[in-house]
Amino acid sequence: MSKLSVGDLARMQTELSSAARTDWIKVGTGTCGIAAGAERVFRLLDDEIKKRGLAIEVRRVGCVGMCAMEPLVEVSVQGAPRTMYGSVDESIAQQILDDHIGKKRPVSKYVVPGVAELGFREQGIETPTSCKQLRIVTRNCGMIDPTKIEEYIARGGYQALESAIHKLGPEGVLKEMKESGLRGRGGAGFPTWLKWSFTRNANADQKYMICNGDEGDPGAYMDRSVLESDPHSVLEGMLIAAFTIGASVGYLYIRAEYPLAVDRIESAIRQARRLGLVGDNILGSKFSCDLEVRLGAGAFVCGEETALMASIEGKRGTPTPRPPYPAQQGLWKKPSNINNVETLSSVAPIIQRGGAWYAGIGIGKSTGTKVFAVTGKVLNSGLVEVPLGTTIREIVVDTCGGVAQGRQLKAIQTGGPSGGVIPADKFDTKITYESLAELGSIMGSGGMIVMDDRDDMVDIATFYMGFCVEESCGKCAPCRIGGKQMLLLLEKVKEGKATQDDIQLMTRLATAMQKASLCGLGQTAPNPVLSTYRYFRSEYERLLS
Amino acid sequence: MQTNTVSPDVAKAVQKWQKKPGSLIMALHEIQSRYGYVPREVSMEVAQLMNVPLARIYEVITFYNYFRIEPPGKHNVSVCLGTACYLKGAAAVQSALSKTLDLGKDGTTPDGEFHVENVRCVGCCGLAPVVVIDGVTLGKVTPSVVVEKIETIQKAKAAQ
Repeated sequence: MSKLSVGDLARMQTELSSAARTDWIKVGTGTCGIAAGAERVFRLLDDEIKKRGLAIEVRRVGCVGMCAMEPLVEVSVQGAPRTMYGSVDESIAQQILDDHIGKKRPVSKYVVPGVAELGFREQGIETPTSCKQLRIVTRNCGMIDPTKIEEYIARGGYQALESAIHKLGPEGVLKEMKESGLRGRGGAGFPTWLKWSFTRNANADQKYMICNGDEGDPGAYMDRSVLESDPHSVLEGMLIAAFTIGASVGYLYIRAEYPLAVDRIESAIRQARRLGLVGDNILGSKFSCDLEVRLGAGAFVCGEETALMASIEGKRGTPTPRPPYPAQQGLWKKPSNINNVETLSSVAPIIQRGGAWYAGIGIGKSTGTKVFAVTGKVLNSGLVEVPLGTTIREIVVDTCGGVAQGRQLKAIQTGGPSGGVIPADKFDTKITYESLAELGSIMGSGGMIVMDDRDDMVDIATFYMGFCVEESCGKCAPCRIGGKQMLLLLEKVKEGKATQDDIQLMTRLATAMQKASLCGLGQTAPNPVLSTYRYFRSEYERLLS
Repeated sequence: MQTNTVSPDVAKAVQKWQKKPGSLIMALHEIQSRYGYVPREVSMEVAQLMNVPLARIYEVITFYNYFRIEPPGKHNVSVCLGTACYLKGAAAVQSALSKTLDLGKDGTTPDGEFHVENVRCVGCCGLAPVVVIDGVTLGKVTPSVVVEKIETIQKAKAAQ
């Protein structure tokens, strides 16, 4: 295929969508799906359909978000209702072939109920629907084959990039982004347009655009899912950002622990380059930008901007004090802009539909949608994308089914090791950056760990503190020493040897760490301890001697 | 210092990355995926090829959890200790493994057959608890399932 220029994308979209098969079987083959056996199921279905000579397309798609029920197989053939099957193994796949495909009779025993009602099916993203979910970031996840750029283009892909370059220009993009109110989805919630404009206004011969795919929060995996299931949405967001700030090189920093995500992004870059969407003179314009992947190597602190850039430079990932901010002196001392995967995946729809459309979703200063990874003691773990302002209960109970029968919801932890717990009596809180901060937690990357009545809060706090101690880079004393001392005190509490004085000491240490640590890791590390102590003080006190 | 341990493809990989700025980590990734760890002799060779001090290379290797300086076992087991796995009983899986293989929380068996390590989140939290055995991710495991897997590998070896 030759390089594309203005107008080609819309033409391709029309051609591709009219050529699409109406009968299909989709098999979810993200990391979770493969781990549950999706590849075997895919091969069986594909072989059989070919053997029977049927005009049904069997496709690999990414992750639809119902992770607990992998492998997921969705079937749409004429004469039978569109159906999603869960926990499919080879024998169930055989039954689907015989009954659903053969006799047009869905195998009701394995049907996943409520797929459309709960929002795990594609929906128009312009119109609010009756279900809680609204899929903007995950608009293509589980719908398209992530290894084929044509499928992304068939759904209007890269047309936002075209309109940014050929219609809006950098100022126009900034205006839409400002109006949208989009804030960083990596956790801190800084306005994305403002970050872009800082880098745009910096004067330099070279600038860099960086995608932060170092999803270090244990318990959050939406970035992995988007990178695996819809890599082009991230590339398109990156290219629009690079165009706006004036960067000619972009790096995607991705965890080495996510080999499938790395593969899919690398293949997406190759395909986009072939079509002239990455590289020189993109879409026939003067804008040129090359994209490359850099691998993380298992360091939580590298999620911090300055540490991440040190790592791209091939060094130890230790943070440096700010200012200077990356927008002035970032990668190789050049102005650089870093955005998280989810933030970048939100960009194309904003440019296509306008900032005002996006600002109409969510509440107050928390506009748009957020993806949450709901895991732990919840019945249906999965990825859920909801407008900000949705309550915790609507996510944990209404969409994900709450806890197992006979158990009681106790709390959730948001924001991972930098966040805090929120007790069940606060579950009617509408989720915004501000409301979570008021409760002593943070939005973070969107991990939502559900805990039931059997979970011990002191143990959880110790777990997180242990994580932060291991992951502290050791550069500044408050984090390196403070964290270790807090961990020792927590262990003392668990052993039943601590006194009220130790608790006091722990609180003082927490304040010192929050105020004096160099980067976010140390500043937020005490949060799990402080919040568990705030809401579940009795669990600490009954252990005191 | 000249050694002969570098295979030509690794030398090629190093040279490929050498042309790009700051790519020591990428070169080390290529080496680890070739050898399963970063052998000292190879580090020395890399130092020479990339013109960086050996100390700089070790500074990097020892900072990042992903890089290893010891050879892995013939079979490698990673126990995920991310939050979701921890809540869903990863500790029990870990202790069953240590008991079966007579190891501490991690390490390599004396015969070099098994290497056990603890990792922080492989991103499959929906299937917690998760272990990865020889690159294959297993979800919703129980201590007995994992022990059974290990015993199957041991039996296959004994039968040879």
